[in-house]
Amino acid sequence: MILDAIVISLFLIGLIFFTGGTVGIIRFPDFYSRLHPAGKLDTMGSLCIMVGLSLYNLHHFTLSSVLVSLKIMLIVVFVFLSSPTAVHSIVDAGVRAGLEPWEKG
Amino acid sequence: MDVIFLIFSIYIGILMLLSLYRGIFGPTVLDRLIGVNAIGSKTVVLLIIIGMIYDRVDMFVDISLAYALLNFIAVIAASRYFQKRKGLHDER
Repeated sequence: MILDAIVISLFLIGLIFFTGGTVGIIRFPDFYSRLHPAGKLDTMGSLCIMVGLSLYNLHHFTLSSVLVSLKIMLIVVFVFLSSPTAVHSIVDAGVRAGLEPWEKG
Repeated sequence: MDVIFLIFSIYIGILMLLSLYRGIFGPTVLDRLIGVNAIGSKTVVLLIIIGMIYDRVDMFVDISLAYALLNFIAVIAASRYFQKRKGLHDER
């Protein structure tokens, strides 16, 4: 029961981060400012939801479920390495292609 | 708990549809790339939730890891390709 409450609260935190990232991708005015929610908020939302899922997977505490939870955490480590690298590569492409930053007014 | 997982996965699906707006109507090619990257990073989470619903997490974890690798390689390759192209502005 306590485990379910912890898992649901972690899920809600992760979904708040995902919602903020999606709204930022839709509503920001510029290419460079859209990269900011795309890089950070998706990574943080993935971290919260994956930690919740690997905790819920330990419901039946056996060796195989521990290994599966460890594998889920390794996916989180890979996402932490790969997602900022991908976003930085997109920024690099934008700078080299010569996109102008947005200015107010 | 299955019903809660189902509700959360439907909500993530709605967020993916909203990100698809940036993938379709983005002013430049790189904006579309941002939308596709956001959809991919949500799909990695969604696949594990589907595995939880079907009680086959040990299988769906591998599919999710393969999808994460594929998403990363696709974004890196596309951005390396489009940085050499002229005429990103012409689409506006």
